[in-house]
Amino acid sequence: MDIALEQVGYTYAAGTPFQKKALFDVNVRIPSGSYSAIIGHTGSGKSTLLQHLNGLLKPTTGIVRIGDTQVTKETKGKQLKPIRRKVGIVFQFPEHQLFEETVLKDVMFGPLNFGVKEEEAKARALRWIERLGLPEGTAEKSPFDLSGGQMRRVAIAGVLAMEPDVLVLDEPTAGLDPAGRKEIMDLFYELHEQRDMTTILVTHSMEDAARYADHMIVMHDGTDVLQGPPEEVFADAERLARWRLGVPRTVSFQRLYEEGAGLPKGPPALTEEQLAAYLAADFAKGGGAS
Amino acid sequence: MMEKMVFGRYIPGDSFVHRLDPRSKLIFVFIFIAAVFLANNTVSYALLLAFTLFSILASKVRIGFLIGGLKPVMFLIAFTFLLHIFFTKEGDLLFQLGFLKIYEEGLRQGIYISIRFLVLVLMTSLLTLTTSPISITDGLEVLLNPLKKVKFPVHELALMMSISLRFIPTLMDETDKILKAQLARGSDISSGTMKERIQAVVPLLVPLFVSAFKRAEDLAVAMEVRGYRGGEGRTRYRQLKWDWRDTTALLILLAVIVALWFLRG
Repeated sequence: MDIALEQVGYTYAAGTPFQKKALFDVNVRIPSGSYSAIIGHTGSGKSTLLQHLNGLLKPTTGIVRIGDTQVTKETKGKQLKPIRRKVGIVFQFPEHQLFEETVLKDVMFGPLNFGVKEEEAKARALRWIERLGLPEGTAEKSPFDLSGGQMRRVAIAGVLAMEPDVLVLDEPTAGLDPAGRKEIMDLFYELHEQRDMTTILVTHSMEDAARYADHMIVMHDGTDVLQGPPEEVFADAERLARWRLGVPRTVSFQRLYEEGAGLPKGPPALTEEQLAAYLAADFAKGGGAS
Repeated sequence: MMEKMVFGRYIPGDSFVHRLDPRSKLIFVFIFIAAVFLANNTVSYALLLAFTLFSILASKVRIGFLIGGLKPVMFLIAFTFLLHIFFTKEGDLLFQLGFLKIYEEGLRQGIYISIRFLVLVLMTSLLTLTTSPISITDGLEVLLNPLKKVKFPVHELALMMSISLRFIPTLMDETDKILKAQLARGSDISSGTMKERIQAVVPLLVPLFVSAFKRAEDLAVAMEVRGYRGGEGRTRYRQLKWDWRDTTALLILLAVIVALWFLRG
C-alpha cells in the first residue's frame, strides 16, 4: 500500500491567538513494501507527520493518499477507521496505553475493535505475545505487574495483533536496554522481510536508520528537505549538520580513517559489518599497516 | 475547545491591575462581591456597571476577549432574566400575550439580576485574567494565615492548589496522547450506543489515572529528596509587596461602597 503526501500543511489551533504552523508543503512518497526511516531534529515535525499516516490528524492543506483512500480537510471521521486497521502505529512509550485487566485482553483490544472474531483475536493475541518473547503465563497477568520492558512488548504486541499492512514506529526502543533494543528492532525487520510489511520508522538513531532502512526522509523545520536511500543521505555529513543531524558512528569512523590515511571519500559504511569489510579490504591492499 | 475558555485563564500584562498585589486583588474582589448586593435601584446598579467597566479599562484586557468568554455564562443570565420577567407579578402590566403577562417590576428585577450576575462574573474573571495562578495561591495562603491558629492546614491547602493548577496542562497533553493511541487501535468514542460510548471511555481513563498516580508519586519523591517538609519556617522566593497601588485600589473601592450606601433606595 503506497502512502503519499501532497503539499501537506498542518497548523495547530488554527484561527486562535495560539496557532502554530507545524508542517508546510510536505511532499513525501512511501513506496509499498519499503522500510522508510524519518529523521529530523526535535520539533522538525516528525510526530505531526506521523499522525497523518493513519488519519489521526487531517491535513489543514493538501492531500494524504493512503492506498486508495484520500484524506483531506473535509474527510469525515467514519471514513478513517478502515485506514486505521491497515496502518498500525506504535507510539512513543506505548506502554502508557495499556488498560485491561490481563495482557491477553489488552492485546485483543485492537483486533476486536476492527471486527475480528473473539476466537481469532485470542489466537492472534497468544501468537504475538509469544512472538515478542514474553515469558509463558504472561497472558494471564495484569499488564501493570510487568516490568517496563515487558510492558513495552505487550503494547507492541497489541498493535501487531491488528496485523496491519503498514507499521509505523515512533522511537519504539526509547528507554530500553541495549539487548532489548536490538531484539525488538530485529523483530521489526524480520516482520518487514517475511510479511512484506511496509515499515516506517521515526527515529533519532542514525545507526538504526542506516542499518534497517532502504529509504529515508529528512525533516527540517516543518518540511521535507531530502529523500533517498541511506547511502545517499549519509554521504554528505556537512549537509546533515546544517539540519542539526549527524551520520552513524560507522560513517564518522570511516571518514576519520579516510582522512588520516589520505584516501578519497568512499560510499558510506552503514553498518559495523560494512565498516569491517571496508577496513579489511583496505588492510589487504596494505593500507592500514603503514 | 480549550482555546476559547476565558474563565480561569491568565493573560500576562503590565497594567495597573496586573501590578496589584494578589492579596489586595483578592480582598478587593471579595469585598466587591458583597458590595454588589447593596445596589437596589437604577442609579446604584449603573454605578456598579460603570465601576466594573472602569476596572476593565484599568486592566487593559481587551473587552472583546472578555465578552467572548462570557458566552457560557450568558445562558445562565438569560435564564434568570426570563424567570424574573415571567414570575414577578407586581407593578403595572406592560405587555400581555395570551397567558403571558409582563409586569413593570418583573422587567426591572430581571434587568437588575442580570447586571448583578454580569458584574460578578466580569470582576472574578478579571482577577484570574490578570493574576497568575501561582500569585493567587500565594496571596490566598497569606490571607488565610490567621486560620493556622485553629490548626487549619493553610500551607498544605495552598500547595495542593498550586500543584493541581500546575498539572492541568500536563494532564490535557497526556489525555490527547492516550486518546490518539487508542484511536489508532480502533477505539471509537464518537459513535455507537450510549453504553458503547461509556465503555469506550475506560481505555482512556485507566491509563490516565495510572499515569496521574505515577506522577504524584514521582513528585512526592522529588520533593522529599529536596528536603521539603511543609510550611514551617519556609521563606519565599516571590515576596509579596504592598505598595501605593494596593492602598489606592482599596480606597477607591471604599469610596464606591460609600456612594452605593447613599444612592440605594
